[in-house]
Amino acid sequence: MTPILKLSGITKRFPGVLANDHIDLHLDEGEILALLGENGAGKTTLMNILYGLYQPDEGEIAVRGKTIQVHSPTDAIKVGIGMVHQHFMLVPVFTVTENVMLGEEPVKPGGFLDRPKAAKRIREISEAYNLEVDPETYVEDLPVGVQQRVEIIKLLYREASILIFDEPTAVLTPQEADELFEIMRSLAKQGKSIIFITHKLREVLAIADRIMVIRRGAVVGETLPAEADQNKLAAMMVGRAVNLEVEREESKPGDVVLSVQNLMMRDEINQIAVNDVSFEIRAGEILGVAGVQGNGQTELVEAITGMKHPESGSIHLLGKDISKSTPRQITESGSAHVPEDRQRDGLVLPFPIYENLVLCTYYKEPFAKGFVIDQEKVLDNAEELVKEFDIRTPNIATSAGSLSGGNQQKVIIARELSRPIQFLVASQPTRGLDVGSIEFIHNRIMDKRTAGCAVLLVSPELDEVLELSDRIAVMYRGKIAAIIPADQVTKEQVGLLMAGVSYEQVKQQAPAAEPRKRETTL
Amino acid sequence: MSEEPSQKQTEKQDVGKSVLNELTPQANKKSGKRRSTGQALLIPALAVFSGLVLGAILIILTDLQVYAAFKQSFGAGILEAFKTVGTAYGALLRSAFGDPARIIAALQGGDALEIRRAFNPFLESLVVSTPYIFAGLAVAVGFRAGVFNIGVEGQLFIGAVAATFVGYSLKGLPAIIHLPLAILAGALGGALWGFIPGWLKAKTGAHEVINTIMLNWIAFRLTDWLLAGPMQRPTSGGMPITPEVEASAMMPKFFASPIRFHLGFFIALLVAWLMWFLLFKTTWGFNLRTVGANPNAAKYGGMNVLVSTVAAMSISGALAGLAGANQVLGVTHSLAMGLSSGYGYDSIALALLGNSSPLGVVLASLLFGFLRNGATQMMVATQIPIDIISIIQAFIIVFIAAPALIRAIFRIKEVKAVENVFVRGWGGK
Repeated sequence: MTPILKLSGITKRFPGVLANDHIDLHLDEGEILALLGENGAGKTTLMNILYGLYQPDEGEIAVRGKTIQVHSPTDAIKVGIGMVHQHFMLVPVFTVTENVMLGEEPVKPGGFLDRPKAAKRIREISEAYNLEVDPETYVEDLPVGVQQRVEIIKLLYREASILIFDEPTAVLTPQEADELFEIMRSLAKQGKSIIFITHKLREVLAIADRIMVIRRGAVVGETLPAEADQNKLAAMMVGRAVNLEVEREESKPGDVVLSVQNLMMRDEINQIAVNDVSFEIRAGEILGVAGVQGNGQTELVEAITGMKHPESGSIHLLGKDISKSTPRQITESGSAHVPEDRQRDGLVLPFPIYENLVLCTYYKEPFAKGFVIDQEKVLDNAEELVKEFDIRTPNIATSAGSLSGGNQQKVIIARELSRPIQFLVASQPTRGLDVGSIEFIHNRIMDKRTAGCAVLLVSPELDEVLELSDRIAVMYRGKIAAIIPADQVTKEQVGLLMAGVSYEQVKQQAPAAEPRKRETTL
Repeated sequence: MSEEPSQKQTEKQDVGKSVLNELTPQANKKSGKRRSTGQALLIPALAVFSGLVLGAILIILTDLQVYAAFKQSFGAGILEAFKTVGTAYGALLRSAFGDPARIIAALQGGDALEIRRAFNPFLESLVVSTPYIFAGLAVAVGFRAGVFNIGVEGQLFIGAVAATFVGYSLKGLPAIIHLPLAILAGALGGALWGFIPGWLKAKTGAHEVINTIMLNWIAFRLTDWLLAGPMQRPTSGGMPITPEVEASAMMPKFFASPIRFHLGFFIALLVAWLMWFLLFKTTWGFNLRTVGANPNAAKYGGMNVLVSTVAAMSISGALAGLAGANQVLGVTHSLAMGLSSGYGYDSIALALLGNSSPLGVVLASLLFGFLRNGATQMMVATQIPIDIISIIQAFIIVFIAAPALIRAIFRIKEVKAVENVFVRGWGGK
């Protein structure tokens, strides 16, 4: 059988870099091919070549056995190649129908738009492929997962037969991701061929028919899900053995470091977001907060870090009430904060790395003498931290904005963890990062725990919470549903709690078995 | 290859902020330091060059003699075109820098007055540049701090009013006290006029672009009223002009007439250095720049965003006020409505041209000053209207604001994009 898509010898050079090095790839009809690789391995470059955004320096592309030239996305769409981008290309104030037909509008005689006709096609497509969506809703009113469905419908509307998904789960909740996998399976079953770009090992094993691993622009191996496990894939991806399990010593909780009592917070639209939450964290202990995003975790962290003041309730850090304190006062009392959104809160993107590394301490000795900043000290600090935390950058004057996500996060981790701290708030510390960076950051957080730091870990990645935490607090609709020692709970139980099932019911349904073996994070 | 959804997308973008992001190169700058200095110099230089070329084309197109020559023959037309541009730009250069032949002759002749006259064009260009430096710094500091101060013109007038008042109402003070006092009054007046929109923004969220524009009009009419009323010169015969400031409040001049070159130029350089030091070498400047580049990160880093905004607007206003004080105390010695030839508006262009850096602003101001002064004399010499300079300046600004044009014209590859791919994808390995 001729493969529906065949790339041979694709090579793309950027000045100083070989982004794609003679890559061969073939895709059969009805197949889901996972393209696995770390950030920057060249996956996206390859797909951009396929989609006509870049021109390859060498190599050729053949669709259904016929060699073609792809000079633009229009060419790609013409031969049936469609791409679901990580960031959606939708007009928020248009309806689903309008978005889908945009660029290919059916018209009635006289040049009038024929919306009903387009809507009818969309209904047909959504029935055929299980893509539930109402064509009349405005895109801005749709949850992210459904917006992604609209993107897929857009491709099917243009009769694409080869679908490229670029890191499609990065923006989805775990539930939405599962729904997406269902959709992908049903697409494949009906003869669509899919290339699935990702760096998440678990997803690859769950969905792919075949796995291709790319490292530093070259194909380093191909395997089948049945023959691979996470450790093997991680090693192929990173090029060395990766220890996916974090080494942990027995927890020896010390004194109470953080104590939150009856905390109430409102969100931006004045709804109660954190409702009567109380908990304590002790020195040398990691409390993990699990929960589907948007259940009050963001507001909880804002209150504890001083970014917003609580409506009521008290927060004591090392015995001091900090509920009315500013972020600086809280930082100065020995607390560090790895923020949820590194680009929004954690970094000043146009600033060089060395300035980002002193964002919270620039005004203090040794970085400032009175009013004047000691540039030498700031630069020395950066040289040291870049080395110690393995931040991959041409030099310390490079702007934070031009670093990869993993290295941006390392800048923040370096800044926050290099201070003498007794309390760490880590909010989604590994969001969107690759295996190597995750391993690194998890180990650093563990080191802080060992050193006697109290850690509040907030993450929507259930695996991450289970992996790192000593105790787990599950948040559901602003309340803490339960706080459970991590070794007395199964993943399924936490999942049920996250979905709003009460702790009593959970215990009855699935009594905690023998101490759970910790699972890998990825 | 950014691997995460940015929450920025869901956030409603502040209009002014996005304008700022468009305008300030600082906000767009993604590349490393070394690269950006190279680019920062190359693009403005080529922009100026292109502006002058387009200006030359306009001069040719509006010259009747060129048309007449083209009627004779194509060659004659081309020749005449080059001659016209040569004459015009020659006059421009001579008027801006001085005529070398005349300088040499004057030095050989040894006549003091003639020497001063020969050197005057150059020094006069510096005099014209001085208010640009102050005003350009005002906007640049605002840009760095994330505020768009369009109210420089109004702040300049309030500063001038304050400096004038201190200048003529206090009598019998020694210059060493009176002059600094008058300059300080100018800075404070401008600072007050900048503080108001800054405070309104911090307290109520009212946008500074709107409020500074409105405050401009209040400042103009207030000045009108003062000039025709409380501050009117008793002997002016109804003219809206203030009394002349005391000699002790005038900027000292370094040479005898006709050279107007005065201390203000050096004060401007000092202030520019001070601003550079404040912005890039002090904790206060770090705070201000962080708030300008990312207010969320500033808050996260423990900085007070509101205080910083108010401070930035006040400092910006103070610099604008210095521009006004400089003109009154150094050039006009009394205040009338004709004080500013739109320095407040040109200052936005200067901050852009100077990449919002103090040194850049000084260089841009010198360019504008020399062009302006040269053009004034060029008009006398060649009948080419001074407005041609406004057009050339406008071209330069367009090229600065749209560097893609310059890149296209001169086939400069956009290094940044490639570098992005490089660094993002490969961690610099």
